[in-house]
Amino acid sequence: MNNLNERGHARRKWINRIMLVLSGTAAAIAILILALILGYAMIRGISYLNLTLLTQAAKPVGETGGGMRNEIFGTLILVALGSIIALPIGLLAGVYLAEYANPKVAATIRFTADILAGVPSIVVGVFVYAIMVIPMHSYSAISGGVALAIIMVPVVARTAEESLRLVPASMREAALALGITRWRAVVGVVIPGAMTGIITGIMLAVARIAGETAPLLFTALGSSFGVQGLLKPIGSLSLLIYHYALSPYKSQQQQAWAGAFLLIVLVLGISIIVRWVSNRKQF
Amino acid sequence: MEEKINIMVQNMVNEDHQDKPGLSNSEDTKGILEVQNLSAWYGKTLAIKNISMSIRSNAIMSIIGPSGCGKSTFIRCLNRMHEVSHGGRTEGCIMLDGKDIYARDADPVVIRRRIGMVFQKPAPFPTMSVFDNVAAGLKLTQFWSRRWELEEVVERSLRQAALWDEVKDKLNQSGASLSGGQQQRLCIARAIAVQPEIILLDEPCSALDPASTLKIEDLMRSLVTQYSIVIVTHNMQQAARVSDMAGFFLADQDRAGILIEYGKTSQLFTNPKDKRTEDYITGRFG
Amino acid sequence: MVMKRDVQKTLTPGSMKGPRFMRSSGYTDNIFSNLTLFFTIIMVGILAALVIILTRDAMPAINKFGFSFITNTMWNPVTDVFGALPAIYGTLVTSLIGLLIAIPISFGSAIFLVELAPNWLRGPASFIIEMLAAIPSVIIGLWGLYVLVPVVRHPIEKWLGSHLGGLPFFQGPPFGVGFLAAGLVLAIMTIPIITAVSRDSMKAVPNEQREAMYALGATRWEVINKAVLPYCRTGMVGGVILGLGRALGETMAVTMVIGNSNKLTASLFSPGATIASTIASQSGEASTGVQTGSLIELALILFGVTLLVNVIARTLVWRMTSLKAAKK
Repeated sequence: MNNLNERGHARRKWINRIMLVLSGTAAAIAILILALILGYAMIRGISYLNLTLLTQAAKPVGETGGGMRNEIFGTLILVALGSIIALPIGLLAGVYLAEYANPKVAATIRFTADILAGVPSIVVGVFVYAIMVIPMHSYSAISGGVALAIIMVPVVARTAEESLRLVPASMREAALALGITRWRAVVGVVIPGAMTGIITGIMLAVARIAGETAPLLFTALGSSFGVQGLLKPIGSLSLLIYHYALSPYKSQQQQAWAGAFLLIVLVLGISIIVRWVSNRKQF
Repeated sequence: MEEKINIMVQNMVNEDHQDKPGLSNSEDTKGILEVQNLSAWYGKTLAIKNISMSIRSNAIMSIIGPSGCGKSTFIRCLNRMHEVSHGGRTEGCIMLDGKDIYARDADPVVIRRRIGMVFQKPAPFPTMSVFDNVAAGLKLTQFWSRRWELEEVVERSLRQAALWDEVKDKLNQSGASLSGGQQQRLCIARAIAVQPEIILLDEPCSALDPASTLKIEDLMRSLVTQYSIVIVTHNMQQAARVSDMAGFFLADQDRAGILIEYGKTSQLFTNPKDKRTEDYITGRFG
Repeated sequence: MVMKRDVQKTLTPGSMKGPRFMRSSGYTDNIFSNLTLFFTIIMVGILAALVIILTRDAMPAINKFGFSFITNTMWNPVTDVFGALPAIYGTLVTSLIGLLIAIPISFGSAIFLVELAPNWLRGPASFIIEMLAAIPSVIIGLWGLYVLVPVVRHPIEKWLGSHLGGLPFFQGPPFGVGFLAAGLVLAIMTIPIITAVSRDSMKAVPNEQREAMYALGATRWEVINKAVLPYCRTGMVGGVILGLGRALGETMAVTMVIGNSNKLTASLFSPGATIASTIASQSGEASTGVQTGSLIELALILFGVTLLVNVIARTLVWRMTSLKAAKK
C-alpha cells in the first residue's frame, strides 16, 4: 500500500506503540504495588504468628512473650458497638431516602450523607473526643464505637438507598395492590427484595471500620490493661499495629506484623468474599 | 441444495456482469474494490458467507436487504472496521488496486484513509468545533504549520458536503450544536476532507428526517463524480433513487448473510434474476 | 398517602378485618415513615453537630491566635503557642507529590483497563486495583515504614541527591522518613480511586466516537487520545480531585512515614508533618484548653479543606454522569 506520508506514518506507529506499552506498564505497576504490600505483609506477618499471640494478653514492655488477645477482642467489640449504633440510623435513613423523601429533599440529604462520608476519619475522632471523651473525663470503648458508627452511617445509608431503588416499582405496586399497608409493604416486600445489596453494603462498611485507626486515637485510645468495660479505654488490632510499629522493641515490631496479618485476613477477607458473592448473584 | 442454487446464481450474475458491454467503465472490468470470497465472524458466529462482488469506481453501489442479513457487517469489512468490533474476524480478500487489504503487511490505518466511512448515528466530536471536526482526520497525518492550508481544505470539504453556507459563521461552535441532518453532513465533510477514494455509508439517513435525507441523497449524487460510494440502506426507494448498482443480501438458513445477486440497479429492480430478490423488491417480505 | 387510602377501599374479600384495621393502618404508616424521617434527621444532625461543636471547641485557640494560627510555625505545648503553617505546608506538599505520581499511573491503568486489556483480564485486573483501596491505612503505614522508607533513603534519595541536588527539593541528608516517603504513600492510596473514576468515565464514552476516529485512519492511541479522553475529561478531573480529597485527610500511613517534625523546608528529604499527622501525634497527651483548642482548630481546618475539595469533585463527577444520562 502506498503510504501517504512515510515519515509521519512511521512516527505515528511508534508513538502508538510506546503509549500502549506505557499504559500497560502503568496497570502493571498498580497491580505490582498491591502484590508487594500484601505479599510482604502476609508473609512476614504469618512468620511471627503463633498461638500465644492469639490467646494471651500483652505483657509489659521489655518482657518477652505476650499476645494480642485483648486487641482482637477490642476490634470485635468496637466493630459490634459501631454497627449496633450505625445500622438502625443508616438503614432507616436509607429507607427514608428511597421510599418517602420527595426528590428535592432527597437530593439535599444525599448530598449531606456524601459530605459526611467524606469527612476524614481523624476529624470524626476529634469530634467524638469533644462531645464524649472530654465531658466523661475518660477515653472509652463506647466513644470509639460512636466514632466508628459516625463513619459507618452515611455509607450504610447510601448503599441501602441504592439497593432499595433497584427494587422494581412493580414489586411495590403488587404489594400495595394486595391491600397491605405501605409500611408493611416496605418492610415485608421491598426491603427483603433489596437484601443482597443491603447486606453487601453493610459488610463492606464493617470491613472498613474494622481497619480504622485514626478515629480511635482520640476515643478508644488503646489499653494495656485489657478489656475493662465500655466506659474504659480499649485497644484494637489497628491501634496495636500503629503503636508497635513505632516501638523500638523488636518483639513488639514483630507483633505489629502478626497483627497486620490478622487484620488483612479479616478486612480483605470480608471485602473479597462480599464482592465475589455479589458479583455472582448479579444475574 | 439451496446453497448450490446460490452459487449457480452468483456465477451467472458474475458472468453476466463481465459479458455486458453496456456497463460503463468496461475497459476495466475490474472494479476499484474486488471482494473475493469474503466471510466474517463475530466470535464464533458466522455473520456473512462467501461474498464476492466488484465495486465500480465513480458509481454508487447500494447494499439492500432485510435487517439482520449482514449488510452492515459487510460494509464494515470493506475498510477493516469489522475487526474493531468485539470478536470481529474475517476470511477472504478484498483487492484495492490489486493489493489485498487483508494482507499481512497491510496497515488498516492507511486503508481507512483511502476508504472512508460515515455511520448511521451522526457522531461529531462534541469537544471539537465544527472546523476542528472537519480537520480532525487531517490533523492526524499532516503536521500543518500553516492554518490557511487547513482552512482551505475545511472549506472545500464543507462545500462539497453542501454544508458550507449553513455553518460558515459557526465554524467555532461545537460540532454537536448542529441539527441532526447538519451533523451527518458534517460527518461526511469530515470523511471527505482526508480525500479518500471510496466512501462507505452505513444507513446514513435512518436517523434523519425526510428533508435531511433528500439533501444527503442529492449530496451523494454530486460526490460520485469524485468518489466511489457504497451505501447500506434498508430503504428500497432510496436505493432505487440514488444508486447505479445494487447488491441484495439475505440471511441463509444458518443465519449467515449471503449475496443473492448484484448488478445494475435498474435491472435488479425491474428484472431481478433471483426469485428471492423479486420477493423482496415487491414487498413480500422484509 | 392518598393512594393508600384508596387502596384500602378496594380490599379483596376476606381481608377485611373490620373498621379497626382500616382506622389504624394510616396511623402505623405514619409512625413508620416518621421513624425513618427521625433517623434521617439524626444523620443530618451528626454533620451539623460536627461543624458546630468543632467550631465551638476551637474557640480558645481562635480567640488567642486569630489569623496568626495559619502563619505561625511553632507548635509549642510548653509556651502554649501553636501555629499550623508547617502542617498546612506539609499537607499540600505531600498531596501534590502523591497526585503527581498517582495521576500518570492511574490514567494509564484506566486506559489499559478500558481500551487495551483483553476481555478476560478486565474484571480481575479492575478488582485487584480496587483491593488496594481496601487495605487499611495503618498497614500501608507499617509497610511504608519498614519496606518503603529504607528504599527511599537508599537508593532513591541518594540518587536524587547526587543527580538533581542542584534543586532545593533534593538537598539535605536522606532521612528516608519525610515528605517524599509520605508523598509516595499517598500516591499508593489515591491510585485506586482515580483509576476507578477514570475507568468509569472512559467506559461512558459512546462507541460511535471511537469508531468515527478509527474510520478517519487513526491509530489506537490516537483514538484514545483524541476521541475518548477529551470526551470524558470532566469526569477524569473529578476523579483526580476526589483523590486529592482522600489524600488531604489521610492520616495513619502518612503519620508513620513522615517523621513528625515541625519543619518548614523545601527539601523533600526532610521530615515534616501534615495537618492530619499533627493531630494524630497529639493522641493521648494531656493538654490545656488552648492546646486542645488548637488541636480542634486543626481538625476544623482539615474538615473545611476536604469539604471544599469533595464538593468540587462531586460537582464535576455529577456533571459527567448527568451529561451521559442526558445523551441517552
